[in-house]
Amino acid sequence: MTDVIVIGAGPAGLAGAIACAQSGLKTVVIDEFIKPGGRLLGQLHEKPSGEWWNGIKESDRLTKEAQDLSVNIRCGVSVYNLEKEANKWSVHTNKGTLSASFVLIATGAAEYPIPLPGWTLPGVMSIGAAQVMTNVHRVQVGKKGIIIGANILAFAILNELQLAGIHVERIVLPEKGPLSGKAGVPNEVLKSLTDASKLAPSSFLRLGGRLMKSDGLRKMAIKFFPKNGVKMNGTPLLLRKAAVEIIGDQQVEGVRVADIDAEGKIILGSEKIYEADFVCIAGGLYPLAELAAVAGCPFQYIPELGGHVPHHSEIMETPLDGLFVAGNITGIESGKVAMAQGTTAGYSIAKRAGKGGIIDDLLQQAVQNVRTVREQAAIQFHPEINDGRKKIYEQWEELYTKKQNEYDDVKIG
Amino acid sequence: MNRIINHPILGKSEDRKRISFTFNDKTYEAYENETIAAALLANGVRTLRVHEESGTPRGFYCNIGHCMECRVTVNNQVNIRACLTVVENNMIVESGKQHPNIVKRMVEQQ
Ligand SMILES: Cc1cc2nc3c(=O)[nH]c(=O)nc-3n(C[C@H](O)[C@H](O)[C@H](O)COP(=O)(O)OP(=O)(O)OC[C@H]3O[C@@H](n4cnc5c(N)ncnc54)[C@H](O)[C@@H]3O)c2cc1C
Ligand code: FES
Repeated sequence: MTDVIVIGAGPAGLAGAIACAQSGLKTVVIDEFIKPGGRLLGQLHEKPSGEWWNGIKESDRLTKEAQDLSVNIRCGVSVYNLEKEANKWSVHTNKGTLSASFVLIATGAAEYPIPLPGWTLPGVMSIGAAQVMTNVHRVQVGKKGIIIGANILAFAILNELQLAGIHVERIVLPEKGPLSGKAGVPNEVLKSLTDASKLAPSSFLRLGGRLMKSDGLRKMAIKFFPKNGVKMNGTPLLLRKAAVEIIGDQQVEGVRVADIDAEGKIILGSEKIYEADFVCIAGGLYPLAELAAVAGCPFQYIPELGGHVPHHSEIMETPLDGLFVAGNITGIESGKVAMAQGTTAGYSIAKRAGKGGIIDDLLQQAVQNVRTVREQAAIQFHPEINDGRKKIYEQWEELYTKKQNEYDDVKIG
Repeated sequence: MNRIINHPILGKSEDRKRISFTFNDKTYEAYENETIAAALLANGVRTLRVHEESGTPRGFYCNIGHCMECRVTVNNQVNIRACLTVVENNMIVESGKQHPNIVKRMVEQQ
């Protein structure tokens, strides 16, 4: 008999499974990837202390801790549906159906695509695909690459490609259009980069951080942005150039790039072809929440959290009895925050399962820990993350807690 | 050689057992416990299939199971994601083929 099924063996799912198992619940974790760790596996960066955040080591540590507590981790298993049947959740996978009273969905995030002509050619991949090929599979994605899209994730992964000796020739923006949105407008890109200036990838941007909060100054900065770009550890970041087409016959051979003005408008006659044998598209991340939708969970669109997220409380419950969520499915943040959220969800499930003792204290500490980790996070994908969190928790109060209180009042009265 | 053997932080990649598999009737070498997509890229193969209708080539895109661009046929089972499937010794992998679109051809001929 399984008490808890955790979907996703990323930092959130593994931490959740550990907290459940520590509370005495029999727990199974399912993941469709070949090994546990989720997107943590590919992560590698130097912390301000000079130590390295090595995602493979972190994943191994979490996996071992879970297995020592007898958590059953099953990789290579995909979940495609879940539904409530007679007080239990049935989780349908490509390897059969599992059932339990509690389910924790921790499916993480996916990347927004930016379709542009030629993007289906072999050799074009999402930036995250390059991260996994490089750090997890240790296979070279190519000899000479171009990154399309300038954001925090692209810079983090550029650094990882450089570490592994993979040559990235330049970073350009996508052409402005309905599908690329703000990612194609130099002014907006500079704004989002300076909002995250404490982790800005080059001293140029870091210096300007505060200053460029002013619209006028930013426009000026874009106007005088060096034509050859600002070098990021050797790779030029070209904020005034946009990719209009990826070219190649059977696979990527290059990218057609044009100069653009501060608002992203193409300057006619400026097109040029840059050679490349691989292209990475960096469109940003959104919560991968399909399974919560399939289960019947209501959703809210919150841009500060990266997109549509299932309704949930600060202790990670959803409005559906027995269904919990944690990690990037609740909003895009770093792996450490996902881990802290997972622990919270695990204790929350234990409490709901009627585990007594110090569970209330543990849960409260876990919630506090999420806030602390969030404040200290080295990577923040959305600068207004706190506003986003506030919105979703306030909505929970409004929709679910108040109603419950009114209901209780009526019952007592 | 398309593999990343030495890495300043992650260290030297472990020496894994070699196995062999076929892709479109050609034999390739792979490392044990790696995905079909990784093994093929390590062999310099980027094209995993052709689009069912247009016949244009496709490779992996997301590499983590989300986009379905990497679907191949494995031991006669169709629509298997090459980025999530571990390659096995003597595995027979084939890329999807272009399907005839009879209705479209008829419309074109009119
Ligand atoms: C491509 C990519 C790169 C990233 N790089 C960084 C980075 O460099 N630094 C950083 O701080 N953050 C990065 N992130 C953000 C990342 O999401 C968080 O750091 C963290 O890994 C989130 O943890 P999680 O447990 O919520 O989800 P994940 O770590 O994404 O784990 C989710 C797991 O669920 C599994 N899963 C999903 N759907 C199913 C299903 N239907 N059936 C079975 N299993 C399923 C997946 O295989 C995966 O292993 C990245 C995200 C992505 C998508
Ligand atoms: S490459 Fe996207 S599913 Fe395999």
